[in-house]
Amino acid sequence: MEPLQVVEFLREEFTDDILETEEFRGQMTLYVKKDRIVDICRFLHDEPSMAFKYIRDITAVDWMDKKDKRFEVVYHLYSIKFKEMIRLKAAVSERDCSIESLTSIWRGADWHERECYDLFGITFKGHPDHRRILMPDDWEGHPLRKDYPVKGPGPDHEWPGFQEVLEDAERLKEHEWER
Amino acid sequence: MISGTEALVEVEEGVKVIPGGNAFITKLGKLVDFGVNWSRLSSIWPMTFGLACCGIEMMAAGSSHYDLDRFGIIFRASPRQSDCLIIAGTVTKKMAPIVRRVYDQMPEPRYVIAMGSCACSGNIYNSYSTVQGVDTFLPVDVYIPGCPPRPEALMQGLIKLQDKIRKEELRWSRFR
Amino acid sequence: MGKIEEYTVKRDADRTDLKLNMGPQHPATHGVLRLELDLDGEIIRKCTPHIGYLHRGTEKLGEDRTYISALPLTDRLDYIASMNNNIGYCVAVEKLFGIEAPERAKYIRTMCAELGRISSHLLWLATHALDIGAMTVFLYAFRERAMIMEMFEKLTGARLTVSYPRIGGVRNDVTQEFIDRAHAFADEFPTHMEEYETLIDQNRIWLKRTKGIGIITADEAINWGLSGPMIRGSGIAYDIRKHEPYDAYKDVEFEVPIGTEGDVYDRYRVRMIELRQSALIIKQCVEKLPRGAILDPNAPKFTLPPKERVMTDMESLIHQFVLITKGPMTAQEGEVYVATELPKGEFGYYFVSDGSGKPYRMRLRAPSFVHASVLPLMCEGGLIADVIANIGTLDIVLGECDR
Repeated sequence: MEPLQVVEFLREEFTDDILETEEFRGQMTLYVKKDRIVDICRFLHDEPSMAFKYIRDITAVDWMDKKDKRFEVVYHLYSIKFKEMIRLKAAVSERDCSIESLTSIWRGADWHERECYDLFGITFKGHPDHRRILMPDDWEGHPLRKDYPVKGPGPDHEWPGFQEVLEDAERLKEHEWER
Repeated sequence: MISGTEALVEVEEGVKVIPGGNAFITKLGKLVDFGVNWSRLSSIWPMTFGLACCGIEMMAAGSSHYDLDRFGIIFRASPRQSDCLIIAGTVTKKMAPIVRRVYDQMPEPRYVIAMGSCACSGNIYNSYSTVQGVDTFLPVDVYIPGCPPRPEALMQGLIKLQDKIRKEELRWSRFR
Repeated sequence: MGKIEEYTVKRDADRTDLKLNMGPQHPATHGVLRLELDLDGEIIRKCTPHIGYLHRGTEKLGEDRTYISALPLTDRLDYIASMNNNIGYCVAVEKLFGIEAPERAKYIRTMCAELGRISSHLLWLATHALDIGAMTVFLYAFRERAMIMEMFEKLTGARLTVSYPRIGGVRNDVTQEFIDRAHAFADEFPTHMEEYETLIDQNRIWLKRTKGIGIITADEAINWGLSGPMIRGSGIAYDIRKHEPYDAYKDVEFEVPIGTEGDVYDRYRVRMIELRQSALIIKQCVEKLPRGAILDPNAPKFTLPPKERVMTDMESLIHQFVLITKGPMTAQEGEVYVATELPKGEFGYYFVSDGSGKPYRMRLRAPSFVHASVLPLMCEGGLIADVIANIGTLDIVLGECDR
């Protein structure tokens, strides 16, 4: 099924939940309501005429000061059978920074969502193992947010784990053989 | 702490004394130095510790084409059996405690080679999660620049390390 | 350290099970992967992978750089096949800007990508076999890999991190010598393949350690989002080169091998056949290589002018200055997701552009990241010795896994 047909098909099923569609370079983007993301995805996954059984990617975009709702969670679904891709987007505000987890549909969503939580701080409700994945557990802040500096928050706010290493190195210096 | 020759006082020709320490160094010491250093530099056993891209070039250096074995360099998988830690790749802040721990597990004498720009200075990764050079928390003996350094560059670094070991004096009394 | 117990063996006095920590500094984990294994005797009850030990912040850094200067960052993601990363990046940025590389550049890229695929698969074969206990394959495979490295060096000046393709083409044209060597390599490579296969294909130890280990069914493979040889080993012919052809893949003929059982051995066979197919693609590219330009006529907006021109010509100097400081000026607002087939699997580049010279959001969907997440599925219920075979068959590179 072509992406345009998918949109029409979805519009019939979820009339009020598809907010907007957009096409750029032949790729279709659907803006959906964040409360219905699981239902829409399950429908796309189960419907045999579309069969979006493959999850390519889950990520987020931080639109700090540019859009009303700060984050957009972006889903890339793919249908291996029909060789079609579709992009779903759900806006998430900073105040209620959470969205339903898709792990009940795709097991592959697990780590993508964990990464999204780690780097953006978006909570995925119903996720079976909701922890940080790339950064250490006691890391402060979410690095991919636009207000997080590229070079980190500076030496005064160093991650305690690394601070400890630096202190250890200083302490153990006297036991080194001199070079 | 004993350091180099400057701390020594020559009391007679060929006989030196360490001030404060109850030890004399004669020409015999030079001979022992030579023997100890020679055996050490001829069998540098580095730790297999590929962190990133440079680890691949380290593997290439150890493989058939470049063949590090001819220098007496055999990669060991345990820090307890190795003399040299080649930091081959980017060290992140999350990885730093482990690198330090591996280093602490190695017995003296131990040497550190920072292989690649990432290990030397952080390279292009001037970001929140990368350590800007391993010398912030490890004493580095040899720096090898390059991204990644060619296997020949790694060999050159190891030869430099051998030169360094050859010039050492009095590093055979203490060990742990 | 404070957290020493986290990295050491734990034993509970009144229970027989054991918590074993494997990695991050373990020679068989192919980098800095850490596995936490809950053992009952030799059987694994629970396996928890921990990643992030090589998280360098590539996405954040990419958002801080122009489209041109973010290219070298992609080399160091999957550092075994950096050529393929570069090509994927360029294909994605070209799609975002709406330009296309000329035919000759496409063929050169395809050829280089397949050489990169062979070098990556050879490294996989070498280390995988070494982990399982076949040392000789390592030495054999590195012999052929050295040839490819030399060819890359002749072409690009670098062995590993090549940065060869450019947005809208490639940096420099191939020489006749390179073409001849590529053709000769593709010709003789199948005979080397036979050498490896003689060593391990029917080897009883190899069969015992790979057959029936780490089984992934077709449904599981799709549901977990696997790609590349991992999904093809389970019997799904999903290959981006066929599904969404980029560069010259629609003009060359090749087969997509698939497995039946979805075990370690099947994935080994799939990769071995892929190696042969790659040699075929290289041959076809050499034979079909068209004449013409290697950079898109629009590409000067996206590539730096040659250094000698910058030194002598005012216009070029200004052009270079603007490109370096502001980035390509014609970026449109929009977003693209472009998937490319890396040796490891599907590598997706997702760009969100806000109209400036820097990507507003650069997302890298790495195959190794997804593949590392299936380790619990493969390991749980199996023996501890098979963990090594399972890690080997995933062919993960932590550089792109952690980014």
